[in-house]
Amino acid sequence: MTTLIVADHDNTTLSASTLNTVTAGSALDGDVHLLVAGSACQSVAEEAAKVAGVSKVLVADHTAYEHMLAENVSLLVRDLSEGYSHILASTSTDARNIMPRVAALLNVEQISDIIRVESQDTFARPIYAGNAIATVQSTDTVKVITVRSTGFDAAASDGGSAIVEPVSIVHDAGVSSFVGAELAQSDRPELTAADIIVSGGRGMGNGENFELLYAVADKLGAAVGASRAAVDAGFVPNDYQVGQTGKIVAPNLYVAVGISGAIQHLAGMKDSKVIVAINKDEDAPIFQVADYGLVADLFEAMPELEGKL
Amino acid sequence: MKILVAVKRVIDYNVKVRVKADQSDVDLTNVKMAINPFCEIAVEEAVRLKEKGIASEIIAVSIGDKKCQEQLRTALALGADRGIHIETESATGSLSVAKLLKAVVDEEKPELIMLGKQSIDSDNGQTGQMLAALAGLSQGTYASEISLDEGRVSVTREIDGGLQTLSLSLPAVVTTDLRLNEPRFASLPNIMKAKRKPIDVKTPEQLGVTLTSTITTLKVEAPAERQAGIKVASVDELVEKLKNEAKVI
Repeated sequence: MTTLIVADHDNTTLSASTLNTVTAGSALDGDVHLLVAGSACQSVAEEAAKVAGVSKVLVADHTAYEHMLAENVSLLVRDLSEGYSHILASTSTDARNIMPRVAALLNVEQISDIIRVESQDTFARPIYAGNAIATVQSTDTVKVITVRSTGFDAAASDGGSAIVEPVSIVHDAGVSSFVGAELAQSDRPELTAADIIVSGGRGMGNGENFELLYAVADKLGAAVGASRAAVDAGFVPNDYQVGQTGKIVAPNLYVAVGISGAIQHLAGMKDSKVIVAINKDEDAPIFQVADYGLVADLFEAMPELEGKL
Repeated sequence: MKILVAVKRVIDYNVKVRVKADQSDVDLTNVKMAINPFCEIAVEEAVRLKEKGIASEIIAVSIGDKKCQEQLRTALALGADRGIHIETESATGSLSVAKLLKAVVDEEKPELIMLGKQSIDSDNGQTGQMLAALAGLSQGTYASEISLDEGRVSVTREIDGGLQTLSLSLPAVVTTDLRLNEPRFASLPNIMKAKRKPIDVKTPEQLGVTLTSTITTLKVEAPAERQAGIKVASVDELVEKLKNEAKVI
């Protein structure tokens, strides 16, 4: 049995989450192949070939795949699926867009966002915003799966020596086209891969006050996240959002500042190793999951914290 | 243009679910149920397109037992014109739902099909994409803005690094993100009026779809509980604990 992993990348670098997916693929006890579909993505292919545990890298380099349009990439993956027992991808927005389409083209179910591999056909995944864990078994001949990065360690990004094989299949379904992108610029670590995250909620009051978090985050080398309330209020862009509908994170340290701790927010961060809550409401639900809680006004506590780091 | 909106009956998003003692599923007896929040946003967007004169008819469709007619009535009260209830007894997986919806799409021939990006119970996030694949249509998932223009729909999508805009040929499948709009409340007169709007009941057999599932749920467990933490009295104590006790900074 062999596993095909659809690599997540931006045509320049391989995303860190792909390394976690390789670990999930290796847990299936077979060969692991990586598919790099993109445009002018040679550097990604070179990076992919060095990942420990990967035996082959398939490279489909064509402008039709530049923006990972689901209509085109799903047809490519369908054509390549023969001989694979599992097709995996990390739970990125690209994979969540493409993989169910692949599954339907292959007439199989998809298993979303697995956090554990129990055996080659049995997997654990969270349901109901992480308030229950379901163990599911699939009888499909090819198992199409997305993998929650925080559920698996990252594979080593070097030490591998996979063979690189070009793929000449080109699909352009012609029903969708890329118009533009507006990407948030940040020098801080990427949210889903960060070791420490400092997150702000409605209690921050406004966007300017997030400077208090940036100052602390920069001292800690941390990424900055937010609750839905902070995003909806326009304090920060939506890609900062941690929760059921935003990003799922599990850093070593998660500092929740002015966040009450609604079910949907907890769904995105409650697997963090250490949780710190700073909130002036001592009854806030966030204190029920926090390892260290500080009942204080964040406008006094955050500058003080910055000064003491 | 005709718009088809798929809505799902799910546990109310504020309810903290409990796992059954026999680990077969979560306990849904006597629990408050509601229309899935993402589906509500899909209905709202369709209604707004009708108010702008772009859509002519909105059909709401739901799949499940008799009780999901309540959620269809909610969609009708929000502004959908008629409902289709596909009656099934057991819970249905995403692929079967997509096949049923594909059969409805074939019959109704809508130009735009709107779904939520995920249901908050199974958290799969698959149905819209599967439907688009089966029907051979373009897809705009995680939409935070849509605009229609000359046979195409422009969809701004929420992606990991920010936003991305795609142009899709119609008919297309669009799945909604939370930021697409703020759903309205149904007024009492509209709730009364919705009672008179038609709901067509169909069975999977009538649509030529056989419900099968290749996925079996072996067990459902509560996640590991976090250990209760402590409250610290000052920032000094917090920093000291993080450095020396938790050793995370």
